[in-house]
Amino acid sequence: MTVMQVIFLVTAVVSLGGAVMVVTARNLIHAALWLILTLFGVAVMYGLMSATFFTVIQVVIYIGAIAILMIFAIMLTRRVKQEPGSSVNKGWWLAGLMALVLFTALVWMLSTWPGFQTTLPELPEGFDSIQVLGTALVSPDGYVIPFEIASVLLLAALIGAVAVAWERKS
Amino acid sequence: MSDPVNSIAEWLRMILSGWGLSEGLITLILAILGVVILATFVLVVDILLVWVERKMVARFQDRLGPNRVGPFGIIQPIADVIKLLIKEDILPVGADKFIFNLAPVIALATVLLLWAVVPFAPTVIGADINVAVLYVVAVGSIGTLGIIMAGWASNNKYALLGAFRTVAQMIAYEVPMIIALLIPVLLARSMGMQTIVSAQSPWYIFVVPLAAVILFISSIAELGRTPFDISEAESEIVAGFHIEYTGMKFGLFYAGELLHALTVSALIATLFLGGWRGPFVDQVPLLGPVYLFVKAFLVYYLIMWIRYSFPRVRIDQMLGFNWKFLTPLALLLLIVVAILDKAMVGVDTVWYVLVMLGANLLIVWGTVLILRRYAQIERVRIAEERPEARAPEAEMGELLGQE
Repeated sequence: MTVMQVIFLVTAVVSLGGAVMVVTARNLIHAALWLILTLFGVAVMYGLMSATFFTVIQVVIYIGAIAILMIFAIMLTRRVKQEPGSSVNKGWWLAGLMALVLFTALVWMLSTWPGFQTTLPELPEGFDSIQVLGTALVSPDGYVIPFEIASVLLLAALIGAVAVAWERKS
Repeated sequence: MSDPVNSIAEWLRMILSGWGLSEGLITLILAILGVVILATFVLVVDILLVWVERKMVARFQDRLGPNRVGPFGIIQPIADVIKLLIKEDILPVGADKFIFNLAPVIALATVLLLWAVVPFAPTVIGADINVAVLYVVAVGSIGTLGIIMAGWASNNKYALLGAFRTVAQMIAYEVPMIIALLIPVLLARSMGMQTIVSAQSPWYIFVVPLAAVILFISSIAELGRTPFDISEAESEIVAGFHIEYTGMKFGLFYAGELLHALTVSALIATLFLGGWRGPFVDQVPLLGPVYLFVKAFLVYYLIMWIRYSFPRVRIDQMLGFNWKFLTPLALLLLIVVAILDKAMVGVDTVWYVLVMLGANLLIVWGTVLILRRYAQIERVRIAEERPEARAPEAEMGELLGQE
């Protein structure tokens, strides 16, 4: 077993364990912190695939922005610690079944994909993935239209937030 | 002899492969060794920083500072550490034990993580990743997490208030900081620290001084230092997020804060002051770290100077300053630099630098004009007569007196 495989296995166990703890933790803040651990595990996965940009973006967006926002919202609510009663309801087996079916379907679909069996290709020396990504995002043959649509969407959300928060002086 | 660090690494690699270890394992061992050496070195510097900071603040306040233990009191921080280590470790009632203990570790560890991307010499850097600038932002956001955890787990209202204030401040000042970080990235065409350092001829502070100033201000806010220390404002919320911490756990926060200041200084030195660049560094790479630390301590001195000279801002002033002033200014600067950079493709370096510098100074001039106008309006507004609040008893007395 190579070092990479050991790191992969450890990361996988940690992220999956964290994910289980997210849904089973009684304390909401603990759940949010477990979620951060899981998201961090995903970031490490990106790192193992030499996708440095996605590693860092995963941390910036999911841990730096989303998770902190969630914690902030949780801290503003009352009774974080005590939530009595069972954390599963009657239909838990149905949800479990659905999750199992979805998981199997996803695994089956992925296994038919030709990239499933290939090992990680070595990046050539001096290969700048960010430059390629940046060019692809704004080149007309690349993803310029999705990129622009996403920008407009975000701008609209920004303006909408300002409009909602605007205090009308009357 | 030209490159001692890498020579030692090569020598170790040869010895280890002589023992019959596999290639992957040797890389792992060397990586762990590098991390331990770098972290230890930085933490030893950190102990010294306590002395530097205390001596400096003493001079700013016209005192002598520590001068009893050792020459110039230089052994004082060791005594401080021993004192912190043997202090009682108190866990507050109702505190979340695990998170409470984890928070100071995260606070210090995230600062140590930043050193991974600081280039010490042309060939000496922890990890020359191509997203180093973004990495700095990412690690900084984990640092915020440590403070939130400390504030929440302490089960103390002051600590929680401090954490809330920290989050508001960090999220706000991240915006101009990231935009200011984008400008050297734009000029160097890369997010890798080594590439940015190599591209700096002349240093970026002479090309885009305004970006350096914006980064400097927002970094002070990220550090939570005066005038932006509302997250631990002593006169308002006692000590903020670390109010319940005692002994070495408090020590970790303290060490983390000091080291963070030096780390940010080193990053500013790397991005704008040319990092390890200096005379004769090509012949003697060992001079690289010396230059870097000289520049870093220069920036650190500026941070201290500001810290001990300015009063604390109010929270509304802090947020208003960021959103209404710093962020628009940073955005304007980014747009101007991007357009000028594109317009001046193939222009001689001297002219390029002069035009960039001129554009920066022009923006500064315009900003100062706008600020002066704003200050005039504010003065008029404050000088206006406002209805006076009067106690009801006083009016009663007046009424009685009239009768």
